[in-house]
Amino acid sequence: MTEEKHFVEIRHAKKSFGTLEVLKDINLTVERGQIVGIIGSSGSGKSTLLRAINDLDPLSGGEVWLDGVQVNKSLPHRQYEKHINAMRQQVGMVFQHFNLFPHLTVRDNVTMAPKLLKGISNDEAETLAREQLEHVGMLEKIDAFPSQLSGGQKQRVAIARALAMKPKLMLFDEATSALDPELVEEVNQVMKKLAEEHMTMIIVTHEMDFAASVCDRVLFMEKGVVVEEGPPEVIFKNPEKQRTREFLRKHIEGAA
Amino acid sequence: MGLDFTVVPGFMDIILLGALWTVAITVASAVLSFFGGIFFAVIALYTHWTVRLPFKAFEWLFMGTPLLLQLFLIYFGLVQIGIDLPAFVAGVVGLGLHFAVYNSELIQTAIIAVDKGQMEAARTLGLSRGEALRKVVIPQAVRDVIPPIGNNMIALLKDSALVSVIGVSELTLSAQRVIGKTYRPFEFYLVAAAVYYVINLCMEWVQRRIERRIALSR
Amino acid sequence: MDVDLMMRVYPFFLKAAWVTIQLSILTTILGLACGALGAAARLSRFAFLRFLGAAYVSVIRGTPALIQLFILYFGGPQIGIQLDAFEAGVIGLGVNIGAYMTETIRGSIIAIDKGQREAARTLGLSKVQAFRKVTLPQAFRLMIRPLGVNINALIKGTALVAAISVVELTYTAQRYIGSTYKPFEMFLLSGVLYMIIIYGTGRVITWLDRKARIV
Repeated sequence: MTEEKHFVEIRHAKKSFGTLEVLKDINLTVERGQIVGIIGSSGSGKSTLLRAINDLDPLSGGEVWLDGVQVNKSLPHRQYEKHINAMRQQVGMVFQHFNLFPHLTVRDNVTMAPKLLKGISNDEAETLAREQLEHVGMLEKIDAFPSQLSGGQKQRVAIARALAMKPKLMLFDEATSALDPELVEEVNQVMKKLAEEHMTMIIVTHEMDFAASVCDRVLFMEKGVVVEEGPPEVIFKNPEKQRTREFLRKHIEGAA
Repeated sequence: MGLDFTVVPGFMDIILLGALWTVAITVASAVLSFFGGIFFAVIALYTHWTVRLPFKAFEWLFMGTPLLLQLFLIYFGLVQIGIDLPAFVAGVVGLGLHFAVYNSELIQTAIIAVDKGQMEAARTLGLSRGEALRKVVIPQAVRDVIPPIGNNMIALLKDSALVSVIGVSELTLSAQRVIGKTYRPFEFYLVAAAVYYVINLCMEWVQRRIERRIALSR
Repeated sequence: MDVDLMMRVYPFFLKAAWVTIQLSILTTILGLACGALGAAARLSRFAFLRFLGAAYVSVIRGTPALIQLFILYFGGPQIGIQLDAFEAGVIGLGVNIGAYMTETIRGSIIAIDKGQREAARTLGLSKVQAFRKVTLPQAFRLMIRPLGVNINALIKGTALVAAISVVELTYTAQRYIGSTYKPFEMFLLSGVLYMIIIYGTGRVITWLDRKARIV
């Protein structure tokens, strides 16, 4: 542990499913407060990379470091479970399909984990829920069940649920891909707000405009490798690599 | 007294003969319950209410009472009104009717699913209602319900043990008779269970093959 | 129809129905316990437990309940298990329906979307916590209806203990058919009582299922 100055550091990440190599030696660093976007077509490995950061899809090789601690260190099963649970408490994750808990109210979705893992009292939990739901503009739905919410509302609650654990880092896995077009903006607004508050975020997305407007840095991935990375102005306006240009052309034509 | 399986081989002929009867009664009841199920389903869906309502009551009665009680009713009830059926026939009728009611439930659901669209399509071609049912709707519905009906038939095998109580000399009653001679209930009931298990595995194997065939034909 | 006779004997049927109800309740409790254990074994991360669970389900579902009952009641004494008919009935039927309930419970648990577990794990919950707080409560709701189907089968299955002379509804009907030669009347008496128990239980299950629905 000599030079842990990067906030998030992924070194030589490799991952294969059977003979299929999904990640081929990926390196990535993210600084505190930075917002990094990952773009690429489906099957490029971008979601797998994101899910490796909190070890949801464990890497086959390579290391993931967060704030000076290795996330995927090798430990005996029991100790590893303890370690990874502690790490995951510091990393919020938002899924494409929300994955809200349908049997719990919005309030309980937000407070379940803090109550269970941080032992906060009912009063503290109530304050926390209100604060977090206020933040994403969902306070009036505090007593609703997820089935009563629209997709955009569900995703906002899912963000509040992740934020309630006071994470150091937020991961977004195509947070708006499953939404009807008219519901995308409300979720983007919440993410922009987080960006303004200097939350460190890694965002897998297929929305180029959004990536261009919030990200400090964008990675373009294809077939398990990072083809090109740089500031959004460069990646979107003036990419170096032919493959990036092709992807963007196709994507923008496809969207039009 | 402990266990002694050395007596088993000497009576295996009786046990296996019983097993043969179990297979026979299972097959006969299965056939009856299959066609009975189709017949009941058509009654439940396509007949005048004067026929349908009494039938519904009958169905309700059969689904709300135990098979064993139904077997007693059929066996002793028919004697009462002067029909003296051999135990085997009474057993087949009882099992067959019981499972026909359950099959009918499945077939009704499948017919309703197929009927939408298919009936109309057949009628516009000029088929009569009966023809459309026979040639278009029922064959498709039957194909859809073969897997769950298969489960019912496997359940039927195990319920066929109940006809031993009305005196059908199938596997269970054969085991009982042997036990009457040897006083070795544990050994022979275990042997009977093993034979049932083997038949059951065979039926499951056949069912899987049929399901695969159906899956391919889609 | 001999209504006089029916009026004379119905108290005996009522008493028998009470035995059927007791049998049903005790069997349900034992069956649920066996089903929970069986499902836990089948979902265990130890291959040996998974094998045991699968063998339990396969053997019990692959052989007649009547034979299982006979092995326990008539064969039990040979291996040192002395049970009276009622106890043998409850244990035999409970272990039997437990195998079916194992599959119901396991099916409901594996039907819960894996995204639910993932969401819980990313919040930092341990496997056990995620199971207790997220998977299980949802699986409970899902299993009420199919467990109701199991219980319906179980109530009808209690008739089997007539074959080991437990004086419940079917045994009583059989006895009175034998002594009165009035099979239809006796069938009607016991049938109505069975239907009250079975359809009554069905209503309770439907009510529970509706209550457990998520809004």
